[in-house]
Amino acid sequence: MSNISFVREKAIPQSPPPITESNSIRWIRQNLFSGWLNSLLTILSVYFIYICLRDFIPWAYGGIWTAGSIRECLDINPDVACFSVIGARWRQLLFGFYPSEEYWRPILTFILLFVSIAPILIPRFIKYFWFSLIYPGLAVWLLWGGSIWPVFSIYLALVFGALGFFIAKNQLRFSSGFSLLIGFVSVVVYFFFIAGPFITLFKYILPINLMFIESLQFGGFLLSMIVGFSGIAASFPIGILLALGRQSDLPLVKMICVGFIEFIRGVPLITLLFVASVLLNYFLPPGTSFDIIIRVIIMVTIFSAAYMAEVIRGGLAALPVGQHEASAALGLSYWQAQRLIIMPQALKISIPGIVNTFIGLFKDTTLVSIISLLDPVGLASLIRADQKWNGIYWELYVAIGLLFFVCCFGMSQYSQYLERKLKTDNS
Amino acid sequence: MSSVKAPVEKFRLGMLLGDTRYRSTTVQVIAFIIFVAVVFWLVDNTVKNLALLGKDVDFSYLWMRAGYDINQRLIPYTNDSTHGRAALVGILNTLLVAFIGCIVATILGVFVGILRLSKNWIVAKLMSVYIEGFRNIPILLWIVMIFALLTEFTPAPKAFKGADPEASMIFFQSTAITNRGAYFPSPIWGEGSMYLLIIFAVSLAAIFFFRRYAKKLQEETGKNLPKFWISLAIFFVPTTLFYFLLGSPITLEYPYLKGFNFKDGLYVRNSFIALTLALSLYTSAFIGEIVRSGILAISKGQTEAASSLGLRPGRIMNLIILPQALRVIVPPMISNYLNLTKNSSLAIAVGYMDVRGTLGGITLNQTGRELESMLLLMGFYLCVSLIVSAIINYFNRSFQIKGM
Repeated sequence: MSNISFVREKAIPQSPPPITESNSIRWIRQNLFSGWLNSLLTILSVYFIYICLRDFIPWAYGGIWTAGSIRECLDINPDVACFSVIGARWRQLLFGFYPSEEYWRPILTFILLFVSIAPILIPRFIKYFWFSLIYPGLAVWLLWGGSIWPVFSIYLALVFGALGFFIAKNQLRFSSGFSLLIGFVSVVVYFFFIAGPFITLFKYILPINLMFIESLQFGGFLLSMIVGFSGIAASFPIGILLALGRQSDLPLVKMICVGFIEFIRGVPLITLLFVASVLLNYFLPPGTSFDIIIRVIIMVTIFSAAYMAEVIRGGLAALPVGQHEASAALGLSYWQAQRLIIMPQALKISIPGIVNTFIGLFKDTTLVSIISLLDPVGLASLIRADQKWNGIYWELYVAIGLLFFVCCFGMSQYSQYLERKLKTDNS
Repeated sequence: MSSVKAPVEKFRLGMLLGDTRYRSTTVQVIAFIIFVAVVFWLVDNTVKNLALLGKDVDFSYLWMRAGYDINQRLIPYTNDSTHGRAALVGILNTLLVAFIGCIVATILGVFVGILRLSKNWIVAKLMSVYIEGFRNIPILLWIVMIFALLTEFTPAPKAFKGADPEASMIFFQSTAITNRGAYFPSPIWGEGSMYLLIIFAVSLAAIFFFRRYAKKLQEETGKNLPKFWISLAIFFVPTTLFYFLLGSPITLEYPYLKGFNFKDGLYVRNSFIALTLALSLYTSAFIGEIVRSGILAISKGQTEAASSLGLRPGRIMNLIILPQALRVIVPPMISNYLNLTKNSSLAIAVGYMDVRGTLGGITLNQTGRELESMLLLMGFYLCVSLIVSAIINYFNRSFQIKGM
């Protein structure tokens, strides 16, 4: 009898997986054709994408960039996009009626914007935070122009106030509440007695001037950026204060905050903008009138501050009550506890909501076109009113939509990155 | 032994700020004074300004003749009607857009949210593009874009004319989409249609009672009736039966071309379609995200526990996942409905006459009563939103997990 036992001494070389299980085919099978319903959905989606792209790609890719008017475009090829309007009017879409020889000013402001937010976004640069404080005044001066000294004097007022406060607190040893009062008084004294002569003097000694530009000349994406970013910057601290007020133990403060938040959240932004353009003159002392852009910024700010307050309140509510108790047990005062313990955690929880509010605010800046300011959407109808471009729709809308999409999508992606970065728990 | 007396504390002015016992009162008094001062300042300014302009606060203009036409109205209105009635027409138009918009947005949003969770890669990606696209582009731009699409790229009514027309009606020759608006078939309520409606209402009630009975039967005896099929039968059979018994009381009236325009049928303006469509598409992107996060919020253990109890997938969804997900989904969904209602004030961009267009638009401009009109307008929106928040709060209370 022969020996039928068999012992394999060498490993068999690995054979390739069956063709249906190879990477790409398996992926397609699992993700696209795992059942009859899935296969149907896949086929429908592919067909849908094909329909969309079949018309869009030749239209956009073959677009005409060099024609002088929509007539010429239609003469060359009526079936493709007429992007010439963007070539001819991109300056207006970006800057409105800002004088073209001064374009360097908004561009410089825009670049400095990133420099100024770098210390806030990147922890490593926090020592340059002073620039973020200077930036708002600098931006106002660069954009509107005029003499630098009025803007400078406002900063000087803040310095005066701080000086008064610290001298009262550290040198004269007053309580902090009283020192705050002294700081406030020194700001008032500064504005009444020092600011006027100071501005006149320095305008004479050292005239640093830029061409003054009227608010009505602002427009396009520049206007959206100004309204959006000032609204974002101003609504964040106000929103925090409102949220704290709403969570406060003081019934009166709480009532005022709740009333304010619910009122603002209950009405559409557009009615508030109408109040800014029509009614604000009623509420101010007779004879005063101030800049329409500032009025719009104020309204947009209080609008999004109310939403921001609700978002932050959600974060505060999500925080375990033990955090409050522990910080009180450590002997921290209310503001210390808020600054060191409560807010860092509450804000971290509410990052997605905060960024959503920012995005909403930025999108809502288009509503200013309804009170006849010329933001990109308002400019689109203005450009169409021109004989040369009468009948242009999609090219402009696609361009404007793309600009907004890039900004808003960028913000939302950044917020997701921030959420991942700040995540400290293991869940 | 000498007794030690507790030191008598003397009240000092500094304690108002320094002592926590008094500080809260001090802060509140200061806040109150500032608040009253600001309100007084605003009211005082308003009174002075009104006096300067020679105006007064007077709402009687609401009972005066309006003198302008409104192209879409749900209640009778002519230009001889009052400003108050014009405002009412506007309010109803706003509510109409909001109502239809909310329904469409919910249906679309639920679809999109569920499909974005699909295992099918291409469908999930497509839905991501849909959601990001609508969320990141301003609503105003969507409204004007869809309006432009409807007015500039649809055929004029005269294109439907002739033996070999350039355009044709869709859905079995029943609906025409033109650059003036869409024409749908409209129902004609003939004699006896009232009875039909009553029968339909009765069968709806019957379905409700039947389901309650079936549930009771199942809880008491464990017997399971085929609920779905019986409900379906109650829904269709009696109404259809009586429809023919009564001799087809409800007929459809089709729009037809006469001269250069369509006649008869239900005419829906492009401004209305564009506004409603844009609002519902935009809001559906947000609702989709809410639905998705609501489903994701239910931990996987719930599904696993339910299946280890022996429940079938359909029942797991109905009995375990949905009731829990709804608790997460409904409150933000309602606040999105509210946003849709408020965003409907952008109707002005396409010339739809909502309450902002009538009361806050033409009436305001004609009468010069800015203060009164804006107050009424804000009051209306505020009322809607306060009523809806009351509903949300009621919902939150009644659906909270008990004992938490």
